[in-house]
Amino acid sequence: MSELLDQEVAARVLSRALANGGRFAEVFAERRGGLTMAIDESRIESVQAGAEEGAGVRVVDGATTYFAHVDGLEPAELERAADEAASALRSGRTEPRPLTARTVVPVPIAVAPEGVPAARKAELLRELDQRGRDMGAEVAQFTASYAEARRVVTIANSDGLFTGDDRTRTRIGAQAVARRGDKVETGAETLGAHRGFELLEDDPGLIAEQAARKALTLLDARPAPSGTMPVVVGGGFGGVLFHEMTGHGLEIDHIHKGASVYIGKLGEQVAQPLLNAYDDGRLPNEWGSDAIDDEGQPTQQTKVIEDGRLISYLYDHLGAERDGVASTGNGRRESFRHLPLPRMTNTYIAPGETTPEAMIAAVKNGFYAVSFGGGQVDPATGDFVFGVSEGYLIEDGRVTSPCTGATLIGNCLDALAAIDAVGDDFFMKTGICGKGGQKVPVGTGQGHVRVGKMTVGGTQL
Amino acid sequence: MSELPSVELSPAAARAVEAALAAGASAAEAYAGRDTGREVRVHGGEVESLTAATQTGIGIRAWDGHRVGYAYGTDLSEAGVVALAARAAEMAAVADEDEFAAPPAPAEIEALPGLDSPSVAEWSAGRVAELALAVERAALAADSRVAGVETAVYADSTEQVAIASSTGIAASYESSNCFAYLQALAEGEGGRETGLGFGLGRGPEDLDPEAIGAEGAERAVAMIGAGKPASRSCPVVLDPTVAASFAGLIGGALSARAVQRGRSPFAGRLGEEIASTSFALHDDGRDPAGAASAPFDGEGVPRRRTALVEGGALRGYLYDTYTANRERTASTGSAARSGYRSLPSVSTSNLIVAAGELSTEDLLAEAGDGVFVTDVAGLHSGVNPVTGVFSVGASGRAIRDGALAEPLREFTIAGELVAMLRAVVAAGSETRWVPFGGSVSTPPLLVSELAISGT
Repeated sequence: MSELLDQEVAARVLSRALANGGRFAEVFAERRGGLTMAIDESRIESVQAGAEEGAGVRVVDGATTYFAHVDGLEPAELERAADEAASALRSGRTEPRPLTARTVVPVPIAVAPEGVPAARKAELLRELDQRGRDMGAEVAQFTASYAEARRVVTIANSDGLFTGDDRTRTRIGAQAVARRGDKVETGAETLGAHRGFELLEDDPGLIAEQAARKALTLLDARPAPSGTMPVVVGGGFGGVLFHEMTGHGLEIDHIHKGASVYIGKLGEQVAQPLLNAYDDGRLPNEWGSDAIDDEGQPTQQTKVIEDGRLISYLYDHLGAERDGVASTGNGRRESFRHLPLPRMTNTYIAPGETTPEAMIAAVKNGFYAVSFGGGQVDPATGDFVFGVSEGYLIEDGRVTSPCTGATLIGNCLDALAAIDAVGDDFFMKTGICGKGGQKVPVGTGQGHVRVGKMTVGGTQL
Repeated sequence: MSELPSVELSPAAARAVEAALAAGASAAEAYAGRDTGREVRVHGGEVESLTAATQTGIGIRAWDGHRVGYAYGTDLSEAGVVALAARAAEMAAVADEDEFAAPPAPAEIEALPGLDSPSVAEWSAGRVAELALAVERAALAADSRVAGVETAVYADSTEQVAIASSTGIAASYESSNCFAYLQALAEGEGGRETGLGFGLGRGPEDLDPEAIGAEGAERAVAMIGAGKPASRSCPVVLDPTVAASFAGLIGGALSARAVQRGRSPFAGRLGEEIASTSFALHDDGRDPAGAASAPFDGEGVPRRRTALVEGGALRGYLYDTYTANRERTASTGSAARSGYRSLPSVSTSNLIVAAGELSTEDLLAEAGDGVFVTDVAGLHSGVNPVTGVFSVGASGRAIRDGALAEPLREFTIAGELVAMLRAVVAAGSETRWVPFGGSVSTPPLLVSELAISGT
């Protein structure tokens, strides 16, 4: 394990953090670096490299967390951060427990992206550009991006934990604009994982074709319908539906603040018995996976819904302490400049038994949302909204016209209970989740899922 | 302050430019920033978290002829800056030639006083925590149906910026901003409702905790018992928070980068009638009341006022140096950065939607029967910035016989941006600065027709 801090320095920082009291202190040190570039108008541009390091120190006393962060990892700077965090406390010294090193096996990386020449990454983008534009003369614009990021972290806390992790993520994206006369449509696709450059060994150009195909398909689209109807949601990124509808409302901070529709629902039937769902930070090499969370807790598979019954919330250290349970390894933060929050890792609805074909065939008239641009929920009211990036009408059990401008809208508990079929064609996709101003990588997944009744908001009345 | 403040970041920026030239760059620019900030979050009458932090870093653009590369980092030591400069030059070698990629020439920068407030430094952590607690208390006291406050937050930051370039740019400034907001929770039949209250200023003395708390309470309580509206096309009044979100989308689509690359509904429409005469919009990077104001932009070009929509016609786009070079025109000082980590890119500064003459009451009377939208959700996925087609989640109140009626939720408003601008039949007289869609000052707007999808 590559440690950013000596154990002895970490112990000294924790001791200073508790100099004026407090029941818990933690130092989170991080070195983060990355490279991003893009191709636009068939030109490589926006080539940028970053290298940052620093640490955040927090002290918890009563219901209050005191937090300070600094750039750089000089011991004197870390001690300054500890003094700053401790400065508002007025009690006597608390002694941290002696540190014990806990070794972590990071998610395995086969080909470190730093070792691959930047020119090779530029070549990859040129290949995507070619593949996207080759999809047809109506592809008017094409852009693609490449991003690699590595985060090395060391975490020590006053409970005696001293551990660390080394994380490398790689992701590419493609966006196409198709044009026919005055009609303009867009399509996008991404590929990402907690992996190195080996992610791109298979056929990365495929996402360029997929993005272009989406945009081209929509050139024949009609305006989306308006009204309430059965909705079949596609696999993979369709899982963002569950992420927004349920996942956020299970994060323990929302529960503790009285701001979730899932308060008091533990043990209750919230969905039909065919539904099983998980948050799983240990899925091998998945985008939202890490060996440990950002508080040093090993990640785990947490079953949240079993046969339609709600059985668990998602916990970070402080939320778990308050409820007298163990953390589920969901304490995550964007960087050393942020406090950890209870966050999802990879969240998914487990595969069911229905084929997508059978699910669609059983719908007389409805809407087929293949993929979303994203979604948003207010966990307190349960109101959610999803922008559909690729959608079709279902007429007499058959998928017919593509539609643009559709948004799905509804309330969590109603929509979750209305899921009446779960597909057997499970897969995962990558997402970036924002909460409290912090962005973290999350995986979403499912097979096709049918919601018996949902509001589609389009322009066609 | 009439002089531009000199900050110690300037020597670091100058050193970085020298180092990039020494590493083989034909031209270079360095942007050094230091952000000192604090944030207090309170819940249930107690401080939940108190954060104090400073971050300092530098971003270096290196040109190799017409290729440009970028590197940023937190290490401002001599050796650290040399390594970053070399990395920037290395990145430039990977980029393709672009004949329009070049650093801007220096221009005279007029000082802009009043960007900071001494109260940020004077108010102790305890005093700003008390302000956040007062916001929470005000919401709880405003109405017995307020069951709690999800979060009440106070945050401030003081930003110092220095820029230097091999073309002779050397400038710096300091500004401060603060805000407080809360999300109030109201309980009533039909469940829980939330309401946002917020305030913005240069320093904590500009904030009114009573008003912020009362606004959150009022918005949450107003939603109790909300139902879904019938699907139809009808007049819609957008309140300033919602109008600001739409103004931000329009401002983004007026970026010359999106326009030149054919990714904007406004591309090729300069001089055309794209809005009703009731809608006028300009960008002003020097408005003293705007949170985004600064003497110069993210590449050292003076900030200014730029007319965008006037008399119903599209008057202009926003340019940085690169997009201006492409059209042989001048930058509008619209290169924005989100700190030292980001390359400059075209963005709005402060967007200002012109006020009209009608009070909000008169706007509602004018609407007759329709919907008053007080909140929108899902803008990042429900709006296509290339085509302007949108369908977003919304909540608000029914307008019946020209006055506010029952609360409404779980519906969408859908349309197309240009068609919506053409349908703005009146702007209200009461404007407000809103931190959504960037930094936007806007009145409420009456749109004659939008598609509502509910039941």
